[in-house]
Amino acid sequence: MSEDKELLKDGKRIDGRAKDELRDMEAEAGILKRADGSGYFRMGGTEVIASVFGPRELHPKHKQKPQRGIIQCRYNLAPFSVDDRKRPGPSRRGKEIGKVAEGALSSIVFLEEFPTATIDVYMEVISADAGTRCVALNAGAIALADAGIPMKGLISSCAAGKIEDTPVLDLKGEEDKDGQVDLPIAMNIETGEITLLQMDGMTDIDEMDEMLDLAIDGCKKVAEKQREALMETFGDKK
Amino acid sequence: MGKKLVEDKSNVLPGDVIAEGDMLSGRGTYKENGKVKSKVLGVARTKKNRMRVIPLSGGYIPQEGDNVIGKISGIGPSHWWVELDSPYDGYLSLAEGSDEFIDLDETELSDVYDIGDMIYTEVIKVTSEKDVKLSMQDRICKKLTGGRIIRISPSKVPRLIGKGGSMVEMIKDRTDSRIIIGQNGIVWVNGGDEDLAVEAVKTVDERGHERGLTDKVEKILDKR
Repeated sequence: MSEDKELLKDGKRIDGRAKDELRDMEAEAGILKRADGSGYFRMGGTEVIASVFGPRELHPKHKQKPQRGIIQCRYNLAPFSVDDRKRPGPSRRGKEIGKVAEGALSSIVFLEEFPTATIDVYMEVISADAGTRCVALNAGAIALADAGIPMKGLISSCAAGKIEDTPVLDLKGEEDKDGQVDLPIAMNIETGEITLLQMDGMTDIDEMDEMLDLAIDGCKKVAEKQREALMETFGDKK
Repeated sequence: MGKKLVEDKSNVLPGDVIAEGDMLSGRGTYKENGKVKSKVLGVARTKKNRMRVIPLSGGYIPQEGDNVIGKISGIGPSHWWVELDSPYDGYLSLAEGSDEFIDLDETELSDVYDIGDMIYTEVIKVTSEKDVKLSMQDRICKKLTGGRIIRISPSKVPRLIGKGGSMVEMIKDRTDSRIIIGQNGIVWVNGGDEDLAVEAVKTVDERGHERGLTDKVEKILDKR
């Protein structure tokens, strides 16, 4: 925490947003031709392209589950996505986020329909400005739906956090760096099931509740955006 | 009685509630807490009191009774493995492979179907572990020689066939080609104006979900 930076001024944040305001969003489905399904999602300065392949045969064979399929996620920061340069290749952080993304997406897919098979989700962060795992999941959910994978619903995700002792929605880079708490969640809006919840920093129960409420409201707005993007794939205009 | 909550032919996303009450859940839907919801991105349809969602995209999962086109990918002591463009390979046993008696002492299996051969075959059994058994016993099943193979999205196969086969018959008529369509999205085109037939099939694949598809395909066929 640095004291010199002012993250909140007269109830406004450094980019002029209110406490419960998301960054501007953009979403598109079916942007890649060679993938079975694909999605793009942007929140402020964070952009992710996700592609889905499968269901397809899973190798190595020992990973196969006889009764159900599995989801394999890859989360990758592109070398040019951050200030300076990210050394390409797998990293501890990338593997971990891939792992939690698998958990977040597995719960909504009807995996029992694809015994022994795999559905691969590749999430490439092309520009990072905090909240990359949330945006990655949003793009991933669009890509899964675009690939025609049977699902219970969509996964929508966004983060809440705490800056200068105030709970706020959807942190951007500076707020994440100099703030106190970052709390990304992912959920299915229709059922209210939360499928991912992580937290950095320290808080108490009351503030936690407040942040959760903020994040859940945020997810609802994200879900609308995802819906719009997917509806466009029907292309009824012509 | 159940109640429909969306118009027929409306676009739905996974998780959308499309009916409630006594309505039955058909393909592409699931039932939860007395509500019928869509499983996939697609178009909702009703037949009597059964809701269905026709998916817009998606891969092929073998189902009993499907006629598919596959590629021989392996030969065992008395069976063939067949690639079906699906996560699950098909198993074609010697007994199901041919009407005629094959004497293994005299003939090699590769003389019947060799690796790389394309066959039009029938799915006769799918177990819960998705072991797929194929058969060539049906009259329409055969080895495909010559011609061209094109792949389209399996979800567009019903559009390519059309109501009572109208779409594919139209393409066949106008191009004099022979066309065989596998449920798994592999299409075999042979003879006649192959280029034109292929173009028409690809158009169905690309614009299959749009309205007025027949007119668009007719326009392409008129170019000849």
